[in-house]
Amino acid sequence: MTRFIAPLFLVVFALLPLGLTDPYLLNALIITGILTICAMSLNLLLGFTGQLSLGHVAFFGIGAYVSALTALGFDVSLPFGLRVTHEGGSPLLGFVLAIVLTGLCGYLIGRLSFRVRGAYFVIVTISFAEVVRLVALNWVELTQGPLALTAIPNMVLPVPSIGDVALRSKMQNYYLVLAVGVASYLLIARLVASRFGRAMRGLKENESLALSLGINATRTLTVAATVSAAMAGAAGSLYAHYIRIIDPDVFLFSYTVTMVIMVVSGGKGTLAGPLVGGIIFGLLPVALRPVMAPEAQWIVYGAILIAILFLMPRGIVPALEGLGERIAARRKAGDKPTDAMPAKMGANP
Amino acid sequence: MSTTSSSAILNVEHVGMKFGGLTAIADLHFDVHEGEILSLIGPNGAGKTTAFNIMTGFLKPTQGRVLFRGRDLSQTRPNEIARLGLARTFQRTSVFADDSVRDNVLIGLHRFGDDTRATALLDRLFPTPAARRAENAVRERAEAIIDMVGLSARAGDKAGSLSYGEQRLVGFALALAVEPKMLLLDEPVSGMNASETQGFVRLIRKVRDEGVTILLVEHDMPMVMEVSDRIVCLNYGRLIAEGPPEAIRTDPKVIEAYLGKSAAKLEQREVAHA
Amino acid sequence: MDQLLQHIFNALVLGGTYALLGIGLTLIFGIMNVVNFTHGALYTFGGYAMYLAAVALGLNFFVALPVALVAGLVLGAIIEFTLLRPLRRSDIDTTMLVMIGAGIIMQSGTLWIFGGVAKAVPTPFPAQPLTFGPVSLSYVNLFVLCAAVALIAITYFTINGTKLGRAMRATFQDHDTAALMGVNVSLIYTATFAIGSALASAAGALLGPVYVVTPQMGDLAAVKAFAIVILGGLGSISGATIGGFILAFAEELGAGYISSGYRDAMGFLIIIAVLLVKPTGLFARAERIG
Repeated sequence: MTRFIAPLFLVVFALLPLGLTDPYLLNALIITGILTICAMSLNLLLGFTGQLSLGHVAFFGIGAYVSALTALGFDVSLPFGLRVTHEGGSPLLGFVLAIVLTGLCGYLIGRLSFRVRGAYFVIVTISFAEVVRLVALNWVELTQGPLALTAIPNMVLPVPSIGDVALRSKMQNYYLVLAVGVASYLLIARLVASRFGRAMRGLKENESLALSLGINATRTLTVAATVSAAMAGAAGSLYAHYIRIIDPDVFLFSYTVTMVIMVVSGGKGTLAGPLVGGIIFGLLPVALRPVMAPEAQWIVYGAILIAILFLMPRGIVPALEGLGERIAARRKAGDKPTDAMPAKMGANP
Repeated sequence: MSTTSSSAILNVEHVGMKFGGLTAIADLHFDVHEGEILSLIGPNGAGKTTAFNIMTGFLKPTQGRVLFRGRDLSQTRPNEIARLGLARTFQRTSVFADDSVRDNVLIGLHRFGDDTRATALLDRLFPTPAARRAENAVRERAEAIIDMVGLSARAGDKAGSLSYGEQRLVGFALALAVEPKMLLLDEPVSGMNASETQGFVRLIRKVRDEGVTILLVEHDMPMVMEVSDRIVCLNYGRLIAEGPPEAIRTDPKVIEAYLGKSAAKLEQREVAHA
Repeated sequence: MDQLLQHIFNALVLGGTYALLGIGLTLIFGIMNVVNFTHGALYTFGGYAMYLAAVALGLNFFVALPVALVAGLVLGAIIEFTLLRPLRRSDIDTTMLVMIGAGIIMQSGTLWIFGGVAKAVPTPFPAQPLTFGPVSLSYVNLFVLCAAVALIAITYFTINGTKLGRAMRATFQDHDTAALMGVNVSLIYTATFAIGSALASAAGALLGPVYVVTPQMGDLAAVKAFAIVILGGLGSISGATIGGFILAFAEELGAGYISSGYRDAMGFLIIIAVLLVKPTGLFARAERIG
């Protein structure tokens, strides 16, 4: 029954803006969509390969900066008298470059950090995100540092027979995010169902056994990290051209935490999990904002994270699945007595 | 290629392994011939599993080397060794517990019918007809392997929910999925009852008759004596005897090291396990 | 040259507190296999405990310091008892995420209660530094260095010279065997987490008066503690001690001679170097192969 979640969400969210005029709510939905794409990409790593990457916000932020700088242009001097000047160009080119460059970053970080596992891996990924934030803060010539990159142009899409269309309205951005979200979902669904997905699952469940079956751990994990990073980079690009101002705060650890909460609460390692978690934790601030301060909201999030890990450690979607299976099993058991076990496999003493 | 006999598929050449100051294996030297069933026996702690881990690249020996079909495995990683055709099972039950038996074997078949890289990538992302054909072929192969080990009736069940004996069969099926030229089985029948063990003996023979060389570590002596072409006996990390089952059965060194001294211990172990 | 001496002194002061942070983290990981994401929040907690004791309660500076340390000890014990004990059989990722949740609650709670404005903690030391030619040593920095070294020494003594320490070391080796030998492993876990927390809290209480106390002060501290622990090898106490000083020297000299903006990136550079050369850390004991 959980496999109907994604199509159901698609229908609901494709139709929702038709009856929705509140710009504040539409804005919240767009941000939720962008964060949900991040959560989906994080799930590829955290859920499907079992590697807890806590530096995911780095790719989101790099994507945002790459895309914004491609569109705005820059002029920086490098050591040895080198100087790089870029005039500024199409936001769409920025979107593509954001994907390519964050994918490359994901590849490099993967190559480096998959030399270790577990706690070491987690720490390396966190430190990476922290350093990228410091670079964004300190390389003022390129990033304007804390002064932020401002007046980032809206995304521009070439439309046949009309020409280039700048996506200025919230509604346009909403559907753009929805389209990228659907594409990301389908990509992950295909990857997970392929032989590559099987290799990932093998590594997640039992790495030694997977190795003994010829699964190349480093390669598989690095590919997952690359795809995951590129997807977060795409989300970052969408964010930059929608919000139109970015500063080094896009690298804050709290964004990573938000993504992690979305994945863990929804159900890591499930396709629908990040969608469910993303919607809940994307829209929760809308519900909580009138009643409590941001600090208090974060206290609530922290408490929910702990509560879910204690009460529903596998997340909402697997819990629903388990419920569905139990109902189905009970119905089946009512219909006919339990299937006879194959006789030759006697129970072990 | 040094002085290896032409029929040897695996050469263990003067392998030694030390953990800290502890010698787990000292100067282990033997060959496995193509197409035979060779058993590695010895009391607990004799270094059998360590030897297995060295042959499959999970441990790097501190001395000597292992050749598989003439190729030195010293610098080869476990997954590469598997791809060369040397597959193994693990001593402790080792399956992907959260997946169905079918999905287990499908993970094992992750490379089945691997094709050229550019189109393969395309096939991964889009449901092309070629991709569908390949997927069907993989699934057919999985059913064939599951049928061969006799688990068809349980193909849809979670591997973790199976009995120990059945889980060992899943482990065996996983190793078969690699399409090995040689199989290393670490205590494959522990946890199996007598009839399951008999079935497993038939299975090993069948696999061997299909051209797969087998190296076996096992404590079930009647089973070892029945199935092996040759036996290598270790004690305290050293090779103490090598030969056909009849010779090993009567070898005084083996009797002293293995059967005599630890018979009482073995019995205790049985009690502890029950 | 004169500048170098000044940098060395600064690095020693910083290194002492870094070592405190690193030892706490590595102790908890080594014995409990828990990556403590509340470590930064505990450091912040120490700073605010110091502020409360010294300013709000008006306690003497030298009384407030042990109060902050004990408060960290108690808070650590509470966290272990309520959050980690029920999760003993969970995997490391689950405990990590629970600790992240707890860290968020602590940090946001601090922000909620005290607001975002930095608080200053007055010290009884003369503002005029000791000067030796061009090198100036402030009294409070000297005190921080001495206090940190004393705490490190006490920790070493506790672990190597007491009955509790022996039980901790046994648990570190193998908690199943330790339990068989009659060690109360649950108690050791609580004690370990409490001691680690107290060290983090003490580091915050020591550095709080040197700089200022803010709700975010723990963020960077946590990242640095992680770097130190990777450098020294997860679970190695002497590794964390040496790692703390290495990081402090790298930062101090890097900031002084390369670029002050990237001072806080030194830890990551060190991590990369360690990963390339020896992924398990410079001082990690060999993994047992089981």
